[in-house]
Amino acid sequence: MNETLLLILEWTIKGGLLAFVLATGFAYTTFYERKWAARLQIRIGPNRTGPGGWLQPAADGVKLFFKEEFTPANAYKLAFNLAPILTMVPAIVIMAVIPWGSEIELFGRIIPLGISNELNVGVLFLLSVASISVYGIVLAGWSSNNKYAMLGGLRSTAQMISYELALGLSFVGPIMLAGSLNLADIVRAQMAAGGWFFTKWYVIYLPLAAVVFYIAALAEVNRSPFDMPEAEQELTAGYHTEYSGMKFSLFFMGEYIKMIAVSAICATLFFGGYDGPFVDSYPLLGPLYLGIKIFISLGLMIWIRAAMPRLRYDRLMSFGWKVMLPLSLLNVVWAAAVIIFFNAG
Amino acid sequence: MAPELIVFLVLGAVAVGSALGMLMSRNAVYSAMFLIMNFATVAVFYLVLGAPFIAMVQVTVYAGAIMVLFLFVIMLLGAEHLERRTGLDWQKPIAVVLGLVLLVEAGYVLASGQASLPAIAIPEAGYGAPAQIGELLFSQYLLPFEVTSVLLLAAMIGAIVITRRDAPKRKKN
Repeated sequence: MNETLLLILEWTIKGGLLAFVLATGFAYTTFYERKWAARLQIRIGPNRTGPGGWLQPAADGVKLFFKEEFTPANAYKLAFNLAPILTMVPAIVIMAVIPWGSEIELFGRIIPLGISNELNVGVLFLLSVASISVYGIVLAGWSSNNKYAMLGGLRSTAQMISYELALGLSFVGPIMLAGSLNLADIVRAQMAAGGWFFTKWYVIYLPLAAVVFYIAALAEVNRSPFDMPEAEQELTAGYHTEYSGMKFSLFFMGEYIKMIAVSAICATLFFGGYDGPFVDSYPLLGPLYLGIKIFISLGLMIWIRAAMPRLRYDRLMSFGWKVMLPLSLLNVVWAAAVIIFFNAG
Repeated sequence: MAPELIVFLVLGAVAVGSALGMLMSRNAVYSAMFLIMNFATVAVFYLVLGAPFIAMVQVTVYAGAIMVLFLFVIMLLGAEHLERRTGLDWQKPIAVVLGLVLLVEAGYVLASGQASLPAIAIPEAGYGAPAQIGELLFSQYLLPFEVTSVLLLAAMIGAIVITRRDAPKRKKN
């Protein structure tokens, strides 16, 4: 019984830590985006709040907290209130299966770094949570009872369904090479000895799958150039047109935490997860390496947003079905060929 | 009470409640949401029974894919408001009678003690793991698996043919 209590305590601490890191990470990802996009466009960006603008996210948080929350008279109240929560929760929950490191010993207990990273259906968990996360946006669009919001919600549904297929099929390559649906196994298979530290990473064997995954993930989190659901010129703000105050900021948080989550998934599946130099002898370096990889991936997303124009909606759909889907099917064949010719996996 | 029993009772209440909510809701979007909740609860049942693979597939396929399409169609057609009179009023008395018959039947079976099943052995560790399911699908159940995939392919081609715009008519020689 004592052991059970300790285990519950361990999970609570790890869960709280993850939620805290993601909430802080969200705040500073917005700052990162504003600063880095400003540099890319030869501007300065926020620099007045605190030294170098570092307190800007806190100021934004306080501002959003004190804003009036407005509910349209003809909105469907229950769904309208539920939608931001349904967007936010899957974004955090999906991180539960990402391994942050191997194991550390603390207070005489062996503590695996990660919440349920040894789940034997980890990759399927990612897919199922990703498929649930559509509902928040759909409901937000419908319940606002506003044409712009409705169109934004419908567009995002169609987009997410279309790109989910390519996303799911790009998972198949790493699964085949590692021979497991367990994310910790996939990372361990990439860490197995041989060559330099990054030569076993799956991005070397499956570069096409990594690219397909990254594009599909951008579409899945509604990031530019796939941010059709909230295209300002045509849809005002898409599905969150009618939202304000904390409800709006929940959508905002959901979007940025999803960015962090897909970066973490990308790092885990294709870039060796928490792998890096000396991680075998110092397991605490694991979370640091994962953080660095997430940071680089976030920087790439912001760069893409600052540099690329938005796709037209029909182009986006035909790109999803006519280019991404065949490429992701090709990936499966590619992974099989890699297993045979390189004797990997 | 044992923790398992508490979990079962809570999940059962949620599952039955969401099923009732789906039937009674006057708004088709809320009905769809209740159905999604029901699917998710059933997935948790599978998890409790030690079948994580089925649980995840249940969420991905039913709650994630199929219900999104349902919701999409409801919203696209603007069919979320059900009319009060549905033209199926003659079904109500029959439904009451048949429901009563079913309840009496179930009560009789329960009371006569035929409903108890023998306890089954606890499955060994790794039962229902993805690797094991894969092995079974590609060895013992290969034929049904292939037949199902051909069936799905036929359905997919059918859907594409139905939605295709008519090609320009060919000239007769």
